Amino acid sequence: MADDVLFEFLHMEMVYHIYKDQASRGEMDKDRATCVSTLEGMGFRVGQGLIERFTKDSPSFKDDLDVMKFICKDFWINVFRKQIDNLRTNHQGTYVLQDNKFALLTQFSNGKQYLEEAPKYLAYSCGLVRGALSNLGMDCVVTAEVSLMPSCKFQVVIQKI
Amino acid sequence: MSRQSNRTTDSKKMNAELFTLTYGALVTQLCKDYENDEEVNKQLDKMGYNIGVRLIEDFLARSSVGRCQDFRETADVIAKVAFKMYLGITPSVTNWSPAGDEFSLILESNPLVDFVELPDNHSSLVYSNLLCGVLRGALEMVQMAVDVKFSQDTLRGDNVTEIRMKFIKRMEENLPAGDEVHSRICVPC
Repeated sequence: MADDVLFEFLHMEMVYHIYKDQASRGEMDKDRATCVSTLEGMGFRVGQGLIERFTKDSPSFKDDLDVMKFICKDFWINVFRKQIDNLRTNHQGTYVLQDNKFALLTQFSNGKQYLEEAPKYLAYSCGLVRGALSNLGMDCVVTAEVSLMPSCKFQVVIQKI
Repeated sequence: MSRQSNRTTDSKKMNAELFTLTYGALVTQLCKDYENDEEVNKQLDKMGYNIGVRLIEDFLARSSVGRCQDFRETADVIAKVAFKMYLGITPSVTNWSPAGDEFSLILESNPLVDFVELPDNHSSLVYSNLLCGVLRGALEMVQMAVDVKFSQDTLRGDNVTEIRMKFIKRMEENLPAGDEVHSRICVPC
């Protein structure tokens, strides 16, 4: 139905708008951190909704690793049209998901150009993952890092109570 | 094997839901940031415009439609090709004005408003106003100035969603002064 391109354009425009808005309100000290958390918050709510739709007919997951594998395969395919390329874990609640050709970064550059702009465009996706995991019963912190576009790594750290 | 094919149709649908839910999150955020619905409508229109000026290139690259001869052809392309390509729906083109410069797009269903209900305190919010901006921006890039607005909206209790499009004028291609001679040679028919 809706073309993938529409989401990419909407996402681009959203990031632009949130940052421009913050700049125009002149609150210099809030700037980047607030923008990132606004975008992440939006992603969170959408991630929660999406995961409900995806998993309503599937059986429950055996353990955390099973959930992460689902995120890496089915969830990533549905949202970003490909699987995660590499999943690593320390078996103590930290997972690193590596996507070598992240869908939202492919149009930027093929290397280090615009590297400093990349985090803005990853905040929403981090929120998506955090929201999805939250509705599957895993509270966690999701961060992303990019060293060479369009490859990026999402780090998921499960919060123990 | 059947599970596999289920997944591909599902993923198209899921992609649509990603877009719909993201749009919902955006409108919610805008409502939080701006005090009144009019301001939110304006922002949605502006954002739509920015998307439209880029989307038209994507559209032209994918669809390879040629230059439209008149406004009627434009209307058909918008309804049958563009809407179908991006939103998976085909609105009908009706209510032409006698002068042929205004028409309506009737959408039986609007994918943007899946899962959406307007609360009472947002009765003047035009939820899908992004679409108006997109159409306006896209057409401006092909030298048509148009006015686009929603005249009926299922979210506000109407039976269908109706977008009214009015042709204002043909725009001159904006070229820097020194390039005029160059343009006379190179501009396509």
